[in-house]
Amino acid sequence: MPKLIPVADESSKPFWDAVNAKRLLLQHCGACNKLQYPPQATCQKCNKGDQLTWKEVQGKGHIAAAITIEDGRLNRRMADMPYNLAMVTLDEDPSVNFYANLPGTPPYKVPVGAAVEVTFEEVAPGQLIHEWRVV
Amino acid sequence: MTNANDYKWRRDKDGMGVWEHRGKVAIVGQGHSPVDRRWDGVSMDKTLGAYSMLACQKAMDEAGVTADQIDGVICCDSHIAGPSGGSASKWAPRPYFAPPYDSEWGLTLVNAQWLIKNMGLKNVKFAPTGLPTISEMVGMAAQAVGDGLCTTCLMIYPCGNLEGRYRRGGENADDYAKGARQWTVPWGNHGGNDFINIFPHEQYCRKYGGQHDDLAPFVINQHKNGMLTPWGFNATHGIDPITVDDYVNSRFILRPLRIWDCDRPVQTSTALLFTTADRAKDMKQKPVYVLNHNQYNFKKRSTQESLDEIELWTDTAAKRMYEGAGLQPKDVDIFNPYDGYSIMTQFYLEAFQWHGVKRGDALKFYAGDISVKGPHPFSSSGGNLGTGRTRSAMYTDSIEQLRGTAGARQVTVRAETALAAFTTPSNGGWIMLGKHPS
Repeated sequence: MPKLIPVADESSKPFWDAVNAKRLLLQHCGACNKLQYPPQATCQKCNKGDQLTWKEVQGKGHIAAAITIEDGRLNRRMADMPYNLAMVTLDEDPSVNFYANLPGTPPYKVPVGAAVEVTFEEVAPGQLIHEWRVV
Repeated sequence: MTNANDYKWRRDKDGMGVWEHRGKVAIVGQGHSPVDRRWDGVSMDKTLGAYSMLACQKAMDEAGVTADQIDGVICCDSHIAGPSGGSASKWAPRPYFAPPYDSEWGLTLVNAQWLIKNMGLKNVKFAPTGLPTISEMVGMAAQAVGDGLCTTCLMIYPCGNLEGRYRRGGENADDYAKGARQWTVPWGNHGGNDFINIFPHEQYCRKYGGQHDDLAPFVINQHKNGMLTPWGFNATHGIDPITVDDYVNSRFILRPLRIWDCDRPVQTSTALLFTTADRAKDMKQKPVYVLNHNQYNFKKRSTQESLDEIELWTDTAAKRMYEGAGLQPKDVDIFNPYDGYSIMTQFYLEAFQWHGVKRGDALKFYAGDISVKGPHPFSSSGGNLGTGRTRSAMYTDSIEQLRGTAGARQVTVRAETALAAFTTPSNGGWIMLGKHPS
């Protein structure tokens, strides 16, 4: 079964547009020099929005923790179970993290601590999502 | 009616000092409805509304208070198997029934206005809307009584469960991920305390050593305590306490999270009655005094809460609570943290340093004697794991321990102060209770 399809809104459209172009673009606060994900109206650190811009990141990270979903509740993912759900931290700022299913890594075989890199996966025609693959 | 947002009642900042109403507000009554697994869709005396009215009546009867004396009602709309049930939860059988069950109200939703109307509470002057969960409502009730907005205040927590609703259907059946869910559900996280805490728990085990299944003694003890809680789901339904073998061989939900790490969604309602310490002297029950309450709404840095964030948040919550209550960890006798998933309880235990437990020590503590008759009667309520997802056992056990009426659960150590909560690490609050006002 395919994954759920993200629906972009006003604040997330630049992010998903970039993902659809196979680029990982995060918000960056010029005042704090801080990356931010998911996108928000203001900087989480200084609470200002006037210096938020979009910055492309390298898409390198590490697996901080992982579980296996054996009894989830999403209709669209029922046939996928069991599947990995990992927490991936971004190397450029480990306080930024992402979820990942780690395509290519079998369930129960997740190497926690391993390096990963971003990849992109189509979930609907023209709609990609960012995934992470062990390198 | 007053909106909760208009009333500055929260104690959610650092450095607020000792609570100005410490010992001047008391809990004088409590009432539980029966705890059913689900509403059957037929029995009108077992609806969420009927159970909420029953819980209120029991709390009033226990205190010796009549309906005309109630001047405050605090009740959040509803929690059908938890807010993460989302749109999957809020639909009752159709067609609706005769009044007062001719809409979702009374079936999947209950609030102060519905209760006031259907219980004939004619003298209510404080009944805020837009309320959060029980953890914050107990604080609001205590503050409202302390501030003089009302003098005799019912706090009601309806917690419902209907067949086929638990996280089924609604947005979880959708093909699309909208709003905040665009960052979580494409990868499989459909939300809830289990997802919030399982990653930090996994980090915890690797940081401090230990295995997930080291939680077994804690979970088993919760079931034992639950069987000593006469009104709870386990006791009223003859649920046999589990063994270590049962636990380590049970199926996984979010591996390593097992089925026995999860509480059982139920259909129930609980009411507590708050009043001033002065009025409490004339009521039927021995008063239990509120020594402090606090709240928080910490914002995670990114998509998934990490162990270091959760340790920071829970440390902050503990610091604020101890400061506001004018107490220290060594002063707390009864400790009833939230256990709605077993994987989060260690974060609270270590933050509040109950019985000297420091960061990384919880799994070793669980392996010792934590029974109610032992030296460390941890979570004497049995919590949600032992009584069902009432989210109220932590409060009512604390009250009974301080009254000395906990029956088979009565601890043998000193019972003069109690800490209780239903909270996630990031959102919720705590309440400190005392046998004495100071």
